[in-house]
Amino acid sequence: MGSETFQLSRREMLMSSATTAAVSSFASETAEAAPPVKAVPTYKVAMTVNGASQTLTLDPRTTLLDALREHLHLTGTKKGCDHGQCGACTVIVNGERINACLSLAVQHQGDAVTTIEGLGTPERLHPMQAAFVKHDGYQCGYCTPGQICSAVSVLEEIKRGIPSHAQADLMAAPKPTGAEMRERMSGNICRCGAYSNIVDAMADVAGARA
Amino acid sequence: MKSFTYERATTPADAAGIVASNPGARFLGGGTNLLDLMKLEIETPTHLVDVQDLKLDRIEPTEAGGLRIGAFVTNTALASDERVRRDYGVLSRAIVAGASGQLRNKATTAGNLLQRTRCPYFYDTNQPCNKRKPGSGCAAIGGYSRQLAVIGSSDACIATYPGDMAVAMRVLDATVETVRADGKTRSIPIGSFHTLPGDTPERDNALDHGELITAVTLPRPVGGTHVYRKVRDRASYAFALVSVAAIVQRDGSGRAAFGGVAHRPWRVEAAEAAMPRGAVEMSNAVFADARPTDDNAFKIPLATRTLAAVLAEVKP
Repeated sequence: MGSETFQLSRREMLMSSATTAAVSSFASETAEAAPPVKAVPTYKVAMTVNGASQTLTLDPRTTLLDALREHLHLTGTKKGCDHGQCGACTVIVNGERINACLSLAVQHQGDAVTTIEGLGTPERLHPMQAAFVKHDGYQCGYCTPGQICSAVSVLEEIKRGIPSHAQADLMAAPKPTGAEMRERMSGNICRCGAYSNIVDAMADVAGARA
Repeated sequence: MKSFTYERATTPADAAGIVASNPGARFLGGGTNLLDLMKLEIETPTHLVDVQDLKLDRIEPTEAGGLRIGAFVTNTALASDERVRRDYGVLSRAIVAGASGQLRNKATTAGNLLQRTRCPYFYDTNQPCNKRKPGSGCAAIGGYSRQLAVIGSSDACIATYPGDMAVAMRVLDATVETVRADGKTRSIPIGSFHTLPGDTPERDNALDHGELITAVTLPRPVGGTHVYRKVRDRASYAFALVSVAAIVQRDGSGRAAFGGVAHRPWRVEAAEAAMPRGAVEMSNAVFADARPTDDNAFKIPLATRTLAAVLAEVKP
């Protein structure tokens, strides 16, 4: 696992030896009462990320987001609120967008994950990435990977006929109107307020008017 | 987050057995509410039993002419199902009025029923909360209670059930199907699934520890016009201050349940006879026993007006 290289920094080294020292002195003073220090359980999980097979051995507390960022070093996906409120961590799993922060990596055995790194490259942008550049769909850029993963999925969801709160008739096929895109993008917050340009970018890709 | 162990169950009874035998164990569905609560250490399970492999992800017709919705069917899949959109429109409408697209893709039918209150004092572990820590008191009573319950509350708890989907299921007379560790099954009418807080607000519903939801069944379609109207502080991705799930027939008769007002979806069947005579009379009957706080008394006239808007919308 070339991407799973683990380097202990000097700071982490000092922290871990201090913890060990504290635990061992505590253990010697209360030799009978002290419970044995439990090893954190780990689990093996294999998934496909941006087309490449990956196998990780993880503490089950590791979210999909932390697995992507900290273990696979795919730092394009961002951690905003870490509670599913901001959408910065949006990735596409088996063709559907989810909040990577509210999913454990161990729930994704066998799944296919697409992150912003898998949508396009600097040389060959995904049409949605190109449209965000063209329409200035960001300022600071922190929410942008999540916005783009969400925007790509939203157009796909409209094509597949997934209903939304903005729809007047539940039985009619939804269309990529401005109202539809605004409603469907409400799980992605932009602190800089680039919303109107994001809708323009999405409308451009959808071949519609915002 | 506290450390825990993880496993995937292979059958519903197997899952129920593992959780029933371990007081620290919990079922893991989509995880969108449970993981949020675990990060805040409001929930601290020691073992998670993932139910994704139990093949509970199908929507099938029942012999009675209704639909059986598997517990693991996602909110998106349920709202999108053509039979649901056509025959149970209030359910599709309620689901797409809640959460965000990302959450609906992951959240499950059973998990949505089991989501916990968003009372700010339940979420703040520095505050007393009888639901989070039984016997510690209720900081919401006399605190910031704008979003909280106006009816069915107790001196121990004024939390609300936060969801939208269950409000529609209440008006559709859905039934929650469960299985226990010994393989025995149970059918719980949605009206008695969520409980009132009373003096045991730590309980949200009628389930025993280790009892697994396998499905929600809907009876044969009742026709009528289906409406879900949600009033909230912003136009999308916010919990309801008040919501109304209604099915209204051509002659003006119908049913309505209210969200955002109580510890469970609030429906008073006896008040529905008043629907043809208008929102004020029906709402007066629905909220006759209300005990609002100064902060949330606005919810009662808001509920009346929301019902009036719904009835005006469906008028032929």
